[in-house]
Amino acid sequence: MTEPLFPQRSVGIVGYGAYVPRYRLPASEISRVWHGGYAGHPVQEKAVAGPDEDTFTMALEAARNALARAGVSAEALRAVWVGSESHPYAVKPTGTLLADALGAAPSVQAGDWEFACKAGTEAMVAAIGLVGSGMADYALVVGADTAQGRPGDALEFTAASGAAAFVLGPAENALARILATYSYVTDTPDFWRREGEKYPAHGQRFTGEPAYFHHITQAAKGLLEALDMTPQDFTYAVFHQPNTKFPQRVAKMLGFTPEQIAPGLLVPRIGNTYSASALIGLTAILDVAQPGDRIFVTSFGSGAGSDAFALEVTEAILERRDRAPHTEDYIARRTEIDYGLYVRYRGKLAE
Amino acid sequence: MELARHWRLKKQRYALQGEVCPHCQTKIFPPRDICPACKQEARTDHTFSGRGKVVAFTVVTQPPKGYEAQAPYVVALVELEEGPRVTAQLTDLGDEEPYIGMPVEMVTRKLRTVEGERGIIVYGYKFRPRLTVAQRA
Repeated sequence: MTEPLFPQRSVGIVGYGAYVPRYRLPASEISRVWHGGYAGHPVQEKAVAGPDEDTFTMALEAARNALARAGVSAEALRAVWVGSESHPYAVKPTGTLLADALGAAPSVQAGDWEFACKAGTEAMVAAIGLVGSGMADYALVVGADTAQGRPGDALEFTAASGAAAFVLGPAENALARILATYSYVTDTPDFWRREGEKYPAHGQRFTGEPAYFHHITQAAKGLLEALDMTPQDFTYAVFHQPNTKFPQRVAKMLGFTPEQIAPGLLVPRIGNTYSASALIGLTAILDVAQPGDRIFVTSFGSGAGSDAFALEVTEAILERRDRAPHTEDYIARRTEIDYGLYVRYRGKLAE
Repeated sequence: MELARHWRLKKQRYALQGEVCPHCQTKIFPPRDICPACKQEARTDHTFSGRGKVVAFTVVTQPPKGYEAQAPYVVALVELEEGPRVTAQLTDLGDEEPYIGMPVEMVTRKLRTVEGERGIIVYGYKFRPRLTVAQRA
């Protein structure tokens, strides 16, 4: 039943924040080491976390930025939820680390979400429910990953690091109101990682149609039909970005223009930040959006599913967005590394 | 007990939480409950801005146990805007050379692990070159 989800009370994004680590590995480096320089490049380069960074440290900086923009104290948060497939511990929540480091503990829900690349948006839907039901006034959701690709695997070109955080709260205090959400989920084994395995496995190139394209188009069409809206009703759109081509193609299939997706299409310059991928694109859009603009967001997570959101930007964006660094500030902070340093930074020798 | 020490120190380690003296307003880090300036009791929490500048630094090439993964690294004496000086690693230097007077800001990073891959991860403050924020109209 393609009914969209509306909370009892209207909910919105009160603050948002991004984090992109400093280091960049060009695709040409991976091609040089593994493919004799002959491989095509699915991205120009990807963001690589430094040796002292992980999903928690990146989530924390993005969350601090989101709270600064929200102007809400950490004690006001009633949930701190982190979506990732690279939590630092298999057992011990990233959410508790984050809640305590922010000053949100102890009267708070805190936990971790896992749904490949859509764990962050899954947490966002739950947070809309928590705030929308009146159980909480504010909830923090984060999508963050230090994605791992097996050396030599096609995923190594794109598996990147980054984080995006959002404080959700009542729509009257929001910088972007959430009009509705709709999700589409099936059991489709396109990409997975078994317990105890360091690197994921995947169904190679044949999984695009039944996984990525099918789920995103179904979720997006379901939401558009339920809202009786078309792509022309939106100023901007962002889709999960596993490489440069997929989000461009799915946007075209749905009827969105290259101009609508341009500000959020960060994947050529930072790679696929997994749980942060669609969400960090949304932060870059919010950095440039104007009051009244509508934004369409659809994530994708392998396994598989998509969450679609329709947002409308409010006047509050104008005074809040400069309270924290813009996403482009982090992207501009760029130090190129070679494959050898990448191997050391991401611990690929310790096996 | 090693583990208990880590959670006792978490406030100061994660967020540079120190104290402010209610008598002479001196900002205190690390927290010590007695004001080093006026010697009176000072237990009021104060979270530092995290901004400061490098006063001195050195490169550690022979790290103590637990810190091997990140060596060589720079350890600096950082003077916080509010006055106190703290010793911490510099991180995210990229291709920048540290210098005396370098403006830095606090970030929370992995400091070390306890008992290798099986033990806990210890997080805490480090400082990085201040992020450049583009000028906007």
